[in-house]
Amino acid sequence: MSEHIVSPKIYAVIFLSLMIGTAITVWAAFQNFGKFNIVIALVIASIKATLVVLYFMHARYSPRRTQLVIVCSVFWLAIMLVLTLADYGTRAHDLQPGVSRLTPRATSHFIQA
Amino acid sequence: MSDTLTTPALELPHKHYLNATYGSGLRSWLLTTDHKRIALLYLCSVTVFFFIGGVLATMIRIHLLTPGGALVTPETYNKLFTMHGVAMIFFFLIPSIPAVFGNFLIPLMIGAKDLAFPKINLLSWYIYIIGGGFVLYSFSTGGLDTGWTFYTPLSSVYSNSAVTPAVIGIFINGFSSILTGLNFIVTIHTMRAPGMTWFRMPLFVWAHYATSLVMILGTPVIAITLLLAGLERMFHLGFFNPALGGDPILFQHLFWFYSHPAVYIMILPAMGVISEIIPTFARKPIFGYSFIAGSSIAIAVIGFLVWAHHMFVTGESTYAALTFSFLSYVVAIPSAVKVFNWTSTLYKGSISWDPPMIYALGFIGLFVIGGLTGLFLACLGLDIHIHDTYFVVAHFHYIMVGGAVMGYVGALHFWWPKITGRLYPRALSRFAAIILFIGFNLTFFPQFILGYLGMPRRYHTYPPEFQVLNVLSTAGASILALGYLLPMSYLTWSMRYGKVAGPNPWPATGLEWKTDSPPLTENFEVTPEVTWEPYDFKNRPDLGLATGAPLPAPAHGDD
Amino acid sequence: MHRTGELYGHFETLEQQKESATLGMWIFLVTEVLFFGGLFLTYTINRRAFSTAFGIGSNTLDITLGAGNTVVLIMSSLTMAMAVWSAQVGKKKLVSIFLIATLGLGTVFLGVKAIEYKQKYDHHLIPGHGFDMRYRSAHPTASDDLKELAREKQEVQTAIKSDPDINYHGQLYFSLYFGMTGLHALHMIVGAGLLLWLIKGSFVGRYTPQYNTPVEIVGLYWHFVDIVWIYLFPLLYLIDRHH
Repeated sequence: MSEHIVSPKIYAVIFLSLMIGTAITVWAAFQNFGKFNIVIALVIASIKATLVVLYFMHARYSPRRTQLVIVCSVFWLAIMLVLTLADYGTRAHDLQPGVSRLTPRATSHFIQA
Repeated sequence: MSDTLTTPALELPHKHYLNATYGSGLRSWLLTTDHKRIALLYLCSVTVFFFIGGVLATMIRIHLLTPGGALVTPETYNKLFTMHGVAMIFFFLIPSIPAVFGNFLIPLMIGAKDLAFPKINLLSWYIYIIGGGFVLYSFSTGGLDTGWTFYTPLSSVYSNSAVTPAVIGIFINGFSSILTGLNFIVTIHTMRAPGMTWFRMPLFVWAHYATSLVMILGTPVIAITLLLAGLERMFHLGFFNPALGGDPILFQHLFWFYSHPAVYIMILPAMGVISEIIPTFARKPIFGYSFIAGSSIAIAVIGFLVWAHHMFVTGESTYAALTFSFLSYVVAIPSAVKVFNWTSTLYKGSISWDPPMIYALGFIGLFVIGGLTGLFLACLGLDIHIHDTYFVVAHFHYIMVGGAVMGYVGALHFWWPKITGRLYPRALSRFAAIILFIGFNLTFFPQFILGYLGMPRRYHTYPPEFQVLNVLSTAGASILALGYLLPMSYLTWSMRYGKVAGPNPWPATGLEWKTDSPPLTENFEVTPEVTWEPYDFKNRPDLGLATGAPLPAPAHGDD
Repeated sequence: MHRTGELYGHFETLEQQKESATLGMWIFLVTEVLFFGGLFLTYTINRRAFSTAFGIGSNTLDITLGAGNTVVLIMSSLTMAMAVWSAQVGKKKLVSIFLIATLGLGTVFLGVKAIEYKQKYDHHLIPGHGFDMRYRSAHPTASDDLKELAREKQEVQTAIKSDPDINYHGQLYFSLYFGMTGLHALHMIVGAGLLLWLIKGSFVGRYTPQYNTPVEIVGLYWHFVDIVWIYLFPLLYLIDRHH
């Protein structure tokens, strides 16, 4: 078998990076970066995911075809998210603070806030 | 393959996949891992669902003979068109060509002994059966009245029909599709015979590769969508229910993200079939092979970018509507490329009017009409007028029935000799093809007019002035039914009494035609080595198609 | 996969067989990306619309348990990768040890999730009848931190002013919480089953440098489940911690 054997040293380095990433994520969540909180969280999560894919899942050492499969899955997920948000993101905002949008009759069997 | 002047009487091969004995009769079929037998298992099951869908369609058309509705109550009418859609789309159209012909032919066409995962192939069929069972249970215990699109909150809250078992059944069936697609992709990547490069593969295989991409990427989304809608129904959650803060449009986005590419699952394999039939009966290599291959992939990819054209009038933003309208025009281009290439293949070809060719030519004409009317619908202003009318119904039936089903029946006629070893009566089958064509047009062309005049779809009544066109449509449906019943009869008859076909009756150039008819269980005695280009009618001495020799006429079933 | 790692009849070479299995698992993972993707889309649209309710809902989750579980799961990915390595270098005993460690860590994860789910049940945060975001702060128990509860009560009351339908939008958050973590847990249970099967095989020394494909492809599945959690943790637990 002509497979590349990844050494435990690399696994250890990746594992430590993932731990650091988790710690930073939690720390950053308690800081107020406003709109960027979600961006930071997702960027760190994506870096962690990439490390897992590349090293734990051996994508770095896999044939081109495997790498294409991985890229395609992310790309298709992006299509679904981006084009749907293209609808929601270009609508006028109809949520008014302080105004209930639900009819009392329909929700009477649930506990009212 | 000898010439036709002194054709010796052919005999069926001694040993083949149908009479191979491993275990007792029924068990050897229900526990088979032979892709050819699994294909036949699928053939039987999809035919059952086609029949069920057809009966429902008959009831719809009879009901619509009079403006007041001749047959059923309004609630039952809702159930008729819903169940017709669910049965036909999920249990006939989506599996049909891939699960029957893809399964049977792909290993043969690429020189492999079987698919990459034969046991998963069998599992795929059992999953289909279980999913079908849930749906049939739903049909028989209260039916389904939400439309095959399951729009919320009707499906998730208000409907009193058997929605939950139906969504469970369709959810389960999705995995059948996913596993088939997975099997095809891996097989095409890893199991091609030596010399069978990507660009020597038959276009049928390319078409199924593209179809499998759509199955893999799209089906999981319908699975999670129906799961969410089912959970909403069972546990009164609020994702899609406005009364609880939810959003019905979100359901529609999720639903159509799969269901639009699903229509490409239904049409791409049929296009692959046409790409095999046309060169064979025009005796010419296909024009623009790489463009047809590439356009299949292009349709699969671009097909994922157009889903919200189903939602132009339901509340999506204007900017989104503009985007999806533009992209819907773009997706028509690769299909047009195929039509041009098929037509160019016919030019200066030596056309023979065999039954598969008649179906293929019918496909091209009807698909063009269906496809062009899709562009009408993609136009925002026009869609306001014709959305939710019979124009839409006519459009998709032209593609689904005039396109996909004709492709399926054409495939049946083209590969029947390979699958069964038998030929069928030529004159009768050509007559049936023409009956199908006439019946189809008489059924569905009036519906374009009805839709444009404003008759809404999914309504159990209509204004009296639309009656003539509705009666014409129903009359056409009865002729269309004959067009399906005839092949069911003579093909069944031919299994016992048809003339023996021999390995290559047409003759055609694919690797599958080098094997016996019916083939051995292991397909090839020796793994073939491919050294020829596809559709090369002039240079295939191994098929008796040598340079300079006159091409043999195709075999006739009734002389 | 054949029991002894020999060739199945329809393959020509072992290399082809291994290539097919690996590609097959990657393609299956693509379907899983799109499957979870539908839930992530639902989450995105709902969070955009109801950020206040989502923030409060998120704050009711125990961040220690969530972060702890994240660490546990990432550790299990490490042990899984080490199991594959052990098979590749022929250390058969280590294969079993690492597989058992992976299973153990996975079980810890599921146990913690069960504790969290029970907490939600006690606090009337299961969507449906009886769901009430004010319940916990109005019904303190002996083990609750009163300052914490007061803060939560304040938070909910402020939120109601801008979003009177907080109990419905909050239910949407919790439906997604249970839906996404529940589906994730289901995948982990399947993974646990696969690990049990691998462990059984490892006890008879089945996985060798020549034949370790089952360990490799179950590993791919396990890592994928880890990746889903890597996204779920910040998206569900860390929405609005900075207020």
